[in-house]
Amino acid sequence: MSITVRSLWTLIHGMGFGALYLLACSGAIVELYRFTTSSIPSEPTPGQQRFLKIYLIAMVLLAWAAVLTGAYAIYPWYRAAPPPAPVDLSMFPQRLLMSNPATTGWHSLGMEWKEHVAWFAPISITMVAFVFIRYGRDLKNHRPLRIALLSFTLVSFLAAGIAGFFGAMLNKSAPVQGGRVIQLSRGQEK
Amino acid sequence: MTRANNFISTDTPSLPNGSGAAAVLSAGIGCFAVAALAYGGDKSALVKSHLTFYKPTGPLSGVTTVGILLWLLTWTILEWRWRNKTIAMGRTSAVALVLLGLSLALTFPPGVDLF
Repeated sequence: MSITVRSLWTLIHGMGFGALYLLACSGAIVELYRFTTSSIPSEPTPGQQRFLKIYLIAMVLLAWAAVLTGAYAIYPWYRAAPPPAPVDLSMFPQRLLMSNPATTGWHSLGMEWKEHVAWFAPISITMVAFVFIRYGRDLKNHRPLRIALLSFTLVSFLAAGIAGFFGAMLNKSAPVQGGRVIQLSRGQEK
Repeated sequence: MTRANNFISTDTPSLPNGSGAAAVLSAGIGCFAVAALAYGGDKSALVKSHLTFYKPTGPLSGVTTVGILLWLLTWTILEWRWRNKTIAMGRTSAVALVLLGLSLALTFPPGVDLF
């Protein structure tokens, strides 16, 4: 059983940072929705408030880690140009997708959308975390601000969802592979 | 009356909403900047080449770096000007959300091809 370095980074980016961020989003949306829809929100205890602050900071770190590893570690491997001589395109995912009309859309729609829309997630959640930390319990007196926070969190979830969906489908159609092989375990004969 | 009771009985905000409004509006502007730069890079070869800060990542490196710098710059300026003020939050949020909606439309490839 083995994995290549590039596949491992893709896993860390998608299943580690990206999927964890999406999971965390659902919790943040529920908490902010509860807090936003009641005209007089229930008073959070200092412990609950501290937990939510740490939770949002973790989301900020996950979101930035996801987009930065995506743009600067995986994307260069994805868009690498093959040499002019006939070559096995499986090591050049973008060219592999574009070589077949049946898969071109995964690049021209999927990657073209994902590579930009994903950045809305860290921008939005950084703002949400900042406002939550700055205002704390005083947010109960700022209903329009709470609605704005919830809206941006929803868009952040949507952006991360689009990026996650296309990331998974792209990696299924043309996986990023190559690099050093890491041996995870040695198979045994039965 | 205890300190806790004092807190509960307070109905007026102890912090003006200016700082929150600055963060919300600048986030909308930041997202829009990323989307507008991506659109510019898609439509103009000159813009595309100027936005290639890191060759392996291509124009995405410039689009996101400039977009994030614009977001942080706007946030700093608005925070400095609004932090002690009370701002019309409804209108500010509406502008930020419209910018966010436009950003989503501008990054959607079939939407970009319409213009």
